[in-house]
Amino acid sequence: MRKILFPVFVLFIVSIITPIIIQPSLAAYDYISINNPFLQKIPVAIPLFQPLSNTGSEKELSREGNDLLSDTLTFTGYFKMIDHDAFLVNPDNVAIVAPNINFFNWRSIGAELLITGGIVIEDEIVKLELRLYDTFKERLLIGKRYTGRKEDLRRIIRKFAGDIIYTLTGDLGVFNTSLAFVSNGTGHKEIYTCDFDGHGIKQITKTKSISLSPAWSSDSKWIAYTSYKQGNPDLYIHNIYDKRGAVVNLKGTNISPAWRPGKFEFAATLSFAGDQEIYLLTGGGKIIKRVTSSWGIDVSPSWSPDGNKFAFVSDRSGNPQIYILDLETGKTRRLTYEGRYNTSPSWSPRGDRIAYVGSLNGSIDIFTIGIDGSRLTKLTSDSGNNESPSWSPDGNLIVFSSNREGKSRIYVMTSFGTDQRRLLVMPGEQTSPAWSNRIIGQ
Amino acid sequence: MQKNIIRVLAVLFLIPALLFTVSCAKKEVVTTPVDNTTAVDDSIDQAAAQQAIAEQELAEQLAAQELAEAAMAAKRAFLEEKVYFEFDSSALTPEAEMIIKAKASWLLENAGNVTISGHCDERGTEAYNLALGDRRAQSVKTFLLDLGIVDSRLKTISFGEERPAVTGNTEVAWQMNRRVEFSLD
Repeated sequence: MRKILFPVFVLFIVSIITPIIIQPSLAAYDYISINNPFLQKIPVAIPLFQPLSNTGSEKELSREGNDLLSDTLTFTGYFKMIDHDAFLVNPDNVAIVAPNINFFNWRSIGAELLITGGIVIEDEIVKLELRLYDTFKERLLIGKRYTGRKEDLRRIIRKFAGDIIYTLTGDLGVFNTSLAFVSNGTGHKEIYTCDFDGHGIKQITKTKSISLSPAWSSDSKWIAYTSYKQGNPDLYIHNIYDKRGAVVNLKGTNISPAWRPGKFEFAATLSFAGDQEIYLLTGGGKIIKRVTSSWGIDVSPSWSPDGNKFAFVSDRSGNPQIYILDLETGKTRRLTYEGRYNTSPSWSPRGDRIAYVGSLNGSIDIFTIGIDGSRLTKLTSDSGNNESPSWSPDGNLIVFSSNREGKSRIYVMTSFGTDQRRLLVMPGEQTSPAWSNRIIGQ
Repeated sequence: MQKNIIRVLAVLFLIPALLFTVSCAKKEVVTTPVDNTTAVDDSIDQAAAQQAIAEQELAEQLAAQELAEAAMAAKRAFLEEKVYFEFDSSALTPEAEMIIKAKASWLLENAGNVTISGHCDERGTEAYNLALGDRRAQSVKTFLLDLGIVDSRLKTISFGEERPAVTGNTEVAWQMNRRVEFSLD
């Protein structure tokens, strides 16, 4: 009951404050280099948010919000947080509005961007003012006031971080995206989801069998996966908001679903005809047509952003390699030639590159390659087996699984292979991460 | 020439006749002592006859037991003996074909439907391994069909790398896991 009434009252009003709403156009700024934005990170200073009234609880929430904003911005790989110890200001008395800010102090410790915050808590309602300044131009770039419950702090911070990324890059970022993955913490492989940063873990399936390879629809409302719930590897199509769903339980294996961008259709490998071929199916699980026709294994489709082509794995050359099939022309070409075991293609949202898993000299690593086969790049090395790459919808990050610390866990890195870090701490082993598109209405 | 044929025929008829008499003779040993009115005084003969019965029964029990054991062993071998594969391959090796031939003869002599499950080692990719396990199970099934087993008795399923027979990161463990298993429904 409380859950229903409360949000109506405080429904997370993102009220945009007063004097200043500045959303400068991208072209005006060139903060983030397109070539490799992750090598030269932008130094950012985020002094403690200042309590704007004198209740004790503000301080605690201020620290929490400050840490959250640092972590959220660091996650993108674009920024380097300047240590609070380096600050030249009294942490309890930081000027948060432009005329009072001594930008020279911030520049002299290397900060190119400054984020200030002011916080008020009244009757459990939090009001948070956040401002982003360019310390060299001494200009306000974004200023916003958010109102919500204490529990909304994470959402407020993500919202502001999203505004920062949008202002600096022109892209909406990853702050309202989710990940789906497999975990066997219960003793069975089940499908889970969590937020982009590993928070908010939810168990999606409770099949008590084996559930594998979750795939998001492009509107982030549907997940398709393979499960042995009825004994055979069948495909399940599951709406994450209501109970709707469908099953593809044909004879043989029904595996490796991939939703077609912008359509309620997916490609998957079915072997009911005796050979593993990729078919196009409706979201309801009806076969539209067979799209590969080569004796042997054809598996793991991954769509181009325009939905006209997909990359997939075939053993038609004698060992698994990545191929690209053009649905309009019906033509297939081989993409990978290096090594004898290349699988798990994931087409980047920008369309120009494909991430995949390759095995060279016994170690299993993640590579990217241009769709014309050029600029092969190895992203992981000397760190166990690295598998199942999946791009963030802005094309900046890649989520993957690795057993570099013993058990298989979920990791994130930038698309250049930098900033590799573990995402989740939970029991059992985690595999097959899949990054959703932006979730609408959050 | 004709004489030879007659001789052969005579021998052919003689063999079953002899076999018949032998088995009759055996039965005589079994039946006579049961008639205790005729041999009531002959205690030595009776004891000998009873011992013969006991031995006969024991021998039959043993034979039956051996047969049952042999059948059990054959069934166990059928269920436990696995077909192994090379890395990233669903082709049958000569050893694999020998094992499947033994499975086929068991299936020809015994009733029941079979599930053939294909498995892979942990290396490589989950989805590819599901497809590879499928192919391994399929190639075993195809060979059994060639050996005369009817399609309706054979079901296949792939578990990819989901159900390893042994754990471990060694070549031996991987070999043991690249397999097809049989189970009776």
